[in-house]
Amino acid sequence: MSAATVAHNAKRLPRAGVAKRLVARIGDGPAVIGGIGNANFDLWAAGHRARNFYMLGSMGLAIPIGLGVALAQPDRRVFVLEGDGSLLMQMGCLATVAARAPRNLAILILDNGTFQITGGQPTPAEQSGTDLVAVARACGLHRATWAADEAELDRLIDLCLIEDGPHAIGLKLDDSPPERQTERDPPQLRDRFMRGMGAKRDRTLG
Amino acid sequence: MPDAADTDWPDQIYDLLKAHGIRQVALVPDAGHARLIRRCLADNTMKVVSLTTEEEGVAMLFGAWLGGEKGVLLMQSSGVGNCINMLSVAVAHRTPCPMLVTMRGEYGEFNPFQVPMGQATPTVLEAMGTLLNRADRPEDVAPGVDATLRLAFNTFRPAATLLGQRLLGAKTFGR
Repeated sequence: MSAATVAHNAKRLPRAGVAKRLVARIGDGPAVIGGIGNANFDLWAAGHRARNFYMLGSMGLAIPIGLGVALAQPDRRVFVLEGDGSLLMQMGCLATVAARAPRNLAILILDNGTFQITGGQPTPAEQSGTDLVAVARACGLHRATWAADEAELDRLIDLCLIEDGPHAIGLKLDDSPPERQTERDPPQLRDRFMRGMGAKRDRTLG
Repeated sequence: MPDAADTDWPDQIYDLLKAHGIRQVALVPDAGHARLIRRCLADNTMKVVSLTTEEEGVAMLFGAWLGGEKGVLLMQSSGVGNCINMLSVAVAHRTPCPMLVTMRGEYGEFNPFQVPMGQATPTVLEAMGTLLNRADRPEDVAPGVDATLRLAFNTFRPAATLLGQRLLGAKTFGR
């Protein structure tokens, strides 16, 4: 079982491949929330989907947003891509999620050990050796696990689609930059996502 | 002995949450909201989420709206300070963020630490684009909360009712 994979022997994956691998694997149905910075840039670069949402600001909130979405649509799988720096800013949300335990929520922790977008400064967790997946497990997300490599990431994504969560997958990423940046138009991003989710069905213009 | 009309305002808030179709209730507990929280917890149609910090609630309500549900955030005035940056989420995306705030640091406060944030609460909320009303008497509560919910959901912005310490009764913790 992958729980045996610990932070220091998880392979550092090329960052651009992770979001592409996720969206290629999950099909059209699930929602994906990309957290602030490179997490949502990766999602955007992987190709827009109707059920993608891109968080452009307010660091640390992708997981609580995903919680609200998952509670609103319990029959739809909801994936959250959140960076390690953002998670450190709002680590309590792991306990919030574990307490509410939405079975349709999956969190992907994109851990490159740095605040990459601001110049690659190491995070406190990197400096201290904090294992974010171990933190998630200790918060009550018992299924949290590191993905050892690409093949295991694929397998874990498949599990998120068929087994009850909440799930959490830790990914060690390399320091390659995102391929593109998201268009910065928050109301449009929000509106597209709501229509993709059927949340504005009664008010659609066309 | 207080009149029932003076003490049943939490039930009036609960009735308004039902009337407005609120399905998600995010909260950091406060004694002033205890009765309302009990009513919400007893309601199987409401998803009540205890937060570790109030800004999670701003995000959760946003996610609820993205998914097609309405939510409300219950917190104490000290929690407003935790939400400042996160209120950008509702403003930038033009989404509802109704907040019901139990006030500290004003009428009859005993704890000096509550005063700075309590006094700054209206200023901070307004600085982040929140429309406010206050309830200092029991009869102010239902119209104020109704107005906040209508403003938030119909005009897509943060809105708050401040439930004054005069209404709640100043805490003493036995002092």
